[in-house]
Amino acid sequence: MSHIITLIDITPAGEIANTAAQLLSAAARLGTPVAVAAVRAEITNNRQLVARISEHLGTLGAEQVYLVASEHVGVIMHWPQLEALATAATTLAASGVLLCNSIEGREIAGRLAVRLGGTLLVDALDVRQDNDRIVATHSIFGGSYLVDAAVTGKPAILTLRQSTADETPVVQHPVATINILDTDVAGAHSAVIEAFHAVEAGADRPDLRGARAVVSGGRGMQSREQFALVEQLAAALGAAVGASRAAVDAGFAEQTTQVGQTGVTVSPELYVALGISGAIQHRAGMQTASTIVAINTDANAPIFDIADFGIVGDVFAVVPQLIAAIAARDSAA
Amino acid sequence: MKIVVLVKHVPDTWNERTLDLNTGWIDRTGAAVIDEINERALEVALAYQDSHDAEVVVLTMGPEQAKDSLRKALAMGADSAVHVLDPLLAGADLVRTATVLAAALRQTGFGLVIAGNESTDGRGGVIASMVAELLGVSQATNLNSVVIGVDALHGERATEAGTLTVSSVLPAVISITELSATPRFATFRNIMRAKKKPVVVMTLADLAVDTAPRADAITLAAQRTPARAAGIKIVDAGDAGTELAGFLAGKRLI
Ligand SMILES: Cc1cc2nc3c(=O)[nH]c(=O)nc-3n(C[C@H](O)[C@H](O)[C@H](O)COP(=O)(O)OP(=O)(O)OC[C@H]3O[C@@H](n4cnc5c(N)ncnc54)[C@H](O)[C@@H]3O)c2cc1C
Ligand SMILES: Cc1cc2nc3c(=O)[nH]c(=O)nc-3n(C[C@H](O)[C@H](O)[C@H](O)COP(=O)(O)OP(=O)(O)OC[C@H]3O[C@@H](n4cnc5c(N)ncnc54)[C@H](O)[C@@H]3O)c2cc1C
Repeated sequence: MSHIITLIDITPAGEIANTAAQLLSAAARLGTPVAVAAVRAEITNNRQLVARISEHLGTLGAEQVYLVASEHVGVIMHWPQLEALATAATTLAASGVLLCNSIEGREIAGRLAVRLGGTLLVDALDVRQDNDRIVATHSIFGGSYLVDAAVTGKPAILTLRQSTADETPVVQHPVATINILDTDVAGAHSAVIEAFHAVEAGADRPDLRGARAVVSGGRGMQSREQFALVEQLAAALGAAVGASRAAVDAGFAEQTTQVGQTGVTVSPELYVALGISGAIQHRAGMQTASTIVAINTDANAPIFDIADFGIVGDVFAVVPQLIAAIAARDSAA
Repeated sequence: MKIVVLVKHVPDTWNERTLDLNTGWIDRTGAAVIDEINERALEVALAYQDSHDAEVVVLTMGPEQAKDSLRKALAMGADSAVHVLDPLLAGADLVRTATVLAAALRQTGFGLVIAGNESTDGRGGVIASMVAELLGVSQATNLNSVVIGVDALHGERATEAGTLTVSSVLPAVISITELSATPRFATFRNIMRAKKKPVVVMTLADLAVDTAPRADAITLAAQRTPARAAGIKIVDAGDAGTELAGFLAGKRLI
């Protein structure tokens, strides 16, 4: 079977990103899964850490692991990952490369497609093998259409939308074969990273893209201080926090929390819209949620057209009562 | 410095956008506009030009109607426009789009290329990176803000995990986010002047790009998903929060 390469994110501390399971299980449906990561030499020089990484990736389905050591990880944008993927793809004559559809993942995918003369499919919900071609399903225009696209040119480079489902590995290899390589970065055409400021996500708050529940606030939350009510309900529900563009523009929430046409697309089991009118561009990012709840003072707000449970009311009255009711149930249980 | 802004003509997001279920291509018969993110990209260029010696060119690859987007950009203040127009480009995939834009940029020349981080129709979010890779120049993408210097630029890059401060040598290809700039309005004077500004049309033959239609990413099937319907709607009479908790519990969501 042909090799399918996945780009795995490994933190400087050696932690494997939680998107690895989804990528490796998709790779197993298309061929022999290979995990590739660009890491600093502190990791490749640490034999215990390398053993732990290969064991972990093996249990997720990887048959081979390429750890590519580069002093440019975290220093030169994209370049070490690009070198690592290109090297592994060429060595193994891989027929496909799978990456996470994050900002970084798709940019690396685009560059790799140019380098390898491959074909690019972005933001796939699912992938499958169909005779000798790879077919990907996409959800477009905010979920209004489902489109199947096929790749005929090889290799196929695909980015996968982060799933909300738990991934169970298809095959398990207790320990994957490890290959350690070094890269020599000559002539890197990339931006240089000078500093990094991590976003202060709330303690143990789930990641917006893969979250099972999302609570979003809009302009109706009135101020940055009052937007805290969105965070409180999210905490009560174990949900991620989202925002409308108006709330982001007003400075109530970080830009990375924007849900919609030009923000993140989410498809959680539960989506709660607080003080959001439901403009078409907002709906484009959340209308495939299984259950939608909306609270808005305006009975004619378009968000009610797609809400499974709508409340015409003031968020500052309804939400505290809801939080109290959830707490009461939790303590009764 | 010559700044080339990449502009895409897209279906208006304020309308319902449709796909041709046979080809899987966007139905381009509805209202279409310059993508808002490209107005912001142009604003970044024009703001630089306000205080520096610079020439601003807008470049699009698209059907005949894409001229409207170029006119809009010229009315905002761009100096000239380039339109890559060729029937063989219908249904172009990402690799082909990037190849054609890179070929056009080789002809126009550039010190800096500015694109949007992501279009509102294809939403690929990759063109800037691919064009830079094809041209073999540096790239800095997804910038929330950018300061353009003489031989380098600096910016804040947004990622899911946080913000990076990045720098890049020039020439470079960059892409900007919604936070980068608020586009200026076209003044009446500029709208009148725009009518006299040059729009150069280029075909694949002019660009010496292989004319065989090449799209390796092909659509097999497209289907419309059923529209969502409204469910329960209540007016808060003082107990809506408790009622909602009951609804969520019934669905095992709490
Ligand atoms: C190209 C383009 C891309 C865009 N991309 C996005 C995107 O990605 N995401 C996005 O969200 N928008 C996007 N927009 C913007 C979109 O058109 C709307 O402007 C935006 O979604 C409005 O946000 P909002 O609902 O918070 O604000 P508003 O429309 O102002 O709605 C605020 C709502 O709060 C309600 N309200 C006020 N007070 C209370 C209260 N006390 N209790 C309950 N309800 C209250 C009001 O009745 C109102 O319905 C985009 C627009 C364009 C043109
Ligand atoms: C719904 C949909 C899904 C698609 N999926 C795929 C796919 O999976 N694989 C594939 O190969 N192709 C795909 N395509 C085709 C692809 O979108 C087009 O090739 C498109 O011209 C470029 O992609 P984008 O708009 O997604 O680019 P993005 O990378 O999102 O665009 C970013 C920026 O690049 C610049 N830019 C993009 N296109 C042009 C242009 N024509 N002229 C000037 N500047 C431009 C603009 O500055 C824009 O803001 C898809 C198209 C649609 C409509």
